[in-house]
Amino acid sequence: MRADLEIIQQWVQPGHHVLDLGCGDGTLLHFLQQERSATGFGLEINPDHITTCMGKGVAVIEQNLDTQGLENFDDGMFDIVLMTQALQAVRRPDKVIDEMLRVGREGIVTFPNFAHWRLRWGLTLSGRMPESDALPYKWYNTPNIRLCTFKDFEALCRQKGISIKSRRVVDGQHQNSWLARLWPNLLGEIAIYRITRENT
Amino acid sequence: MPDSLPSDSLGLVSPQTIHFGAPIELACGQTLESYDLVVETYGKLNADASNAVLICHALSGHHHAAGYHTLDDKKPGWWDSCIGPGKPIDTNRFYVVSLNNLGGCHGSSGPSSVNPATGKLYGPDFPVITVADWVKSQAQLADHLGIQQWAAVVGGSLGGMQALQWSLDYPDRVRHAVVIASTPRLTAQNIAFNEVARQAITSDREFFEGRYYDADTLPRRGLMLARMVGHITYLSDASMGEKFGRELREEAYKFGYDAEFQVESYLRYQGERFSESFDANTYLLMTRALDYFDPAYEFGGDLAKALAPAQCEYLVLSFSTDWRFSPARSEEMVNAMISARKKVSYAEIDAPWGHDAFLIPTPRYTDVFTAYMDRVAREVGA
Repeated sequence: MRADLEIIQQWVQPGHHVLDLGCGDGTLLHFLQQERSATGFGLEINPDHITTCMGKGVAVIEQNLDTQGLENFDDGMFDIVLMTQALQAVRRPDKVIDEMLRVGREGIVTFPNFAHWRLRWGLTLSGRMPESDALPYKWYNTPNIRLCTFKDFEALCRQKGISIKSRRVVDGQHQNSWLARLWPNLLGEIAIYRITRENT
Repeated sequence: MPDSLPSDSLGLVSPQTIHFGAPIELACGQTLESYDLVVETYGKLNADASNAVLICHALSGHHHAAGYHTLDDKKPGWWDSCIGPGKPIDTNRFYVVSLNNLGGCHGSSGPSSVNPATGKLYGPDFPVITVADWVKSQAQLADHLGIQQWAAVVGGSLGGMQALQWSLDYPDRVRHAVVIASTPRLTAQNIAFNEVARQAITSDREFFEGRYYDADTLPRRGLMLARMVGHITYLSDASMGEKFGRELREEAYKFGYDAEFQVESYLRYQGERFSESFDANTYLLMTRALDYFDPAYEFGGDLAKALAPAQCEYLVLSFSTDWRFSPARSEEMVNAMISARKKVSYAEIDAPWGHDAFLIPTPRYTDVFTAYMDRVAREVGA
């Protein structure tokens, strides 16, 4: 299993009701159902992914976060709301985060770090928009329209009064690396944040 | 199998009539002392009777959902695109049960069948039937066939309403409810269209207050109009545009009021054919069943509350150009299921054919339906 999913599943308790925003082919939710007896839904817009989820027995709802938001979900109805590698692809990440913590007690967010040294280095040397394993697109066709750095994200959380329960940083292959832990905003490629509005 | 039938077809199938001697109490307060249901079954019931799938039909549907009755049939059953070997509802794995509902006109007890108490046709004296009544009679059918729990109850449109009702009335007898192109209740606009259809029928001079059988006639004109207006609501503007556009039957305008446009002659043809084969009293009954369906009604309009007893998993599908029961109606249902913490999957299929899209195989529809039913089959060991 991908290292980021390995980390996330440790934070899900047996029987948790989980919402996965941009659930892809349902790998994580399927795992959580099987191993954690978790219940819940995935939201997805990719038709092939939706079909795959249905074949796996993952409850998937065709719903576009950008146009439909999470209005159809009640306050606090989920224990955990997940969003892996999708925050940078929505139009208003700040609103999505608000909504995540409205419908869920806790949010888990992962996204690529735009301040990783290789991206900084690439931009400095070549003067062109950086590409990497975590961001393998051209500037004109990238779905990642809201790139940010770990520092940016943490500043947004502070501004919104959201507390960060934990942060884990991994490299582009989702492996844990001691270097990334040492100097995350420069050496970490992907971060996994566990956030909440509740007092902890 | 004869060469003339498609290789992925069930081939020849035949209906059977099952008599139910025990009285059934109806929502309207009346009781039917006994009744018949006409049924077709496809595939084999497995040893633990876990692979049974119930097909619920829509407004003008019946028991003949798949396969052919004779080699001369021009068309297979009404949902042959989805039922058969290797199709979404795979008859190599499932035991499929399809019936003509109570009040129908294809052999099950209804206005055009004989009332055993009088020896005469029921006509307008046949009680008004609701979706819940249908589900009750289908539960009797399940008992008769030795099916304690359906692997899935599946239906489109009015059929989807029955699938939903099953999950509420017999929660432990349904594993999966598949609700396609349906709605949790009719809108005022939906009811309005039904009312136009009913008015067309009841105002036909040949209707005779529903006793046209005694007068040895049929309200053909009224039923034809009812079907024409209904048919318009099954199609989308785009699909009608593509099929007919403004095409004329002949080259120039004739400055008269005959059917000059292709769409006019198409609707007339459909309406006329329907008026010869369908019973007007049944049409009234079916449209009323649609109007009355509203499981949230006794819960102050709160569908999530109505859903509380359900134990099944749901698959809800809608079609992008369906304006009769639009995707928004399906989403209303899905949101109530989410709120009630039921397990539900939902997809909106992009298809140009309006409400009729649930009868027409498109790649995505077939893929989604197949993936879901495949998983149901695996779950019940079929």
